[in-house]
Amino acid sequence: MIEGIIGKKIGMTQILNEKGEALPITIIQAGPCVVVQKRVAEKDGYSCVQIGLVENRTVKGVTKAMKGHFEKHGITQPIRVLREMRIAQGGEVNEGAEFKVDFFEETKMVDVIGVTKGKGFQGVIKRHGFHGGRITHGSMFHRAPGSSGANTYPGEVKKGKKLPGHAGTARKTIKNLRVEKIIKEENLILVRGAVPGPNGGVVIVRKSDFK
Amino acid sequence: MNAIVEKLEKSMLRTDIPVFKPGDTIKVHVRVKEGEKERTQLYEGIVIARRASGMRETITVRRNSYGIGVERVFPLNSAVVEKIDVLRRGRARRAKLFFLRELSGKKARIKEIK
Repeated sequence: MIEGIIGKKIGMTQILNEKGEALPITIIQAGPCVVVQKRVAEKDGYSCVQIGLVENRTVKGVTKAMKGHFEKHGITQPIRVLREMRIAQGGEVNEGAEFKVDFFEETKMVDVIGVTKGKGFQGVIKRHGFHGGRITHGSMFHRAPGSSGANTYPGEVKKGKKLPGHAGTARKTIKNLRVEKIIKEENLILVRGAVPGPNGGVVIVRKSDFK
Repeated sequence: MNAIVEKLEKSMLRTDIPVFKPGDTIKVHVRVKEGEKERTQLYEGIVIARRASGMRETITVRRNSYGIGVERVFPLNSAVVEKIDVLRRGRARRAKLFFLRELSGKKARIKEIK
């Protein structure tokens, strides 16, 4: 068994539960994924598997080198999205093995890893959650970063000081999202809450270690 | 909207809701949970608005309870609504009957269509 599989964020909506409450959910199309290659400690320095997302569309732009890689491991269809995934403890996986959304059948909680939407160059309020100053009442301090440190001591701006800069497009893990529903026919998993990235973005869904 | 999202939302729509419009008088069977027990409460009033569409559609039902105007909003497709009975069809010339809030007594009536 592996720790998780690759999926695609479809979008958010609501579902109604049997109590009549509306729950915010994200739809993720998880899998089908195929194990392309096994990496072993002796040769690669660590052990994991490389899995690929099998998409129901024509896949273009796969290089010859990658085609050779797939051929070598007996994968007939070209794959665009490849990720490495650790093997779950005490588990055994073989090349060519396929994982679908039923992988999560007994799972209550999952972690979802994705790349957040790019926000461009942002100030300190959006980027780091600073509070900013008053807008009115004579205040002349609105959204500026404020002081960057003391004077003679330390005499420098400390490394890691939160300043304006590029925000977003960062890999983020959202832990412990409740699995609300699984629709096997279409490989959909509905998780409660939001997930990083745009609709159509690639995410990794893995079983959470929440007990 | 994405086709998959649309399909999922469609699958949650209820088919047992009768046809009614703003101005109609309806009786809503509301599921209430009191501690462990669950029972059905009846709420009767005039539909003064239908809002949104699909699985998010809600209705606003107004009634006069011991001299005090009460409005409740029900999500139409939610399990909170057990059943809806249409009691009377009313003639309304607009979609939102918010003007009823300003009226009381005999003026706050809606003509019935036979």
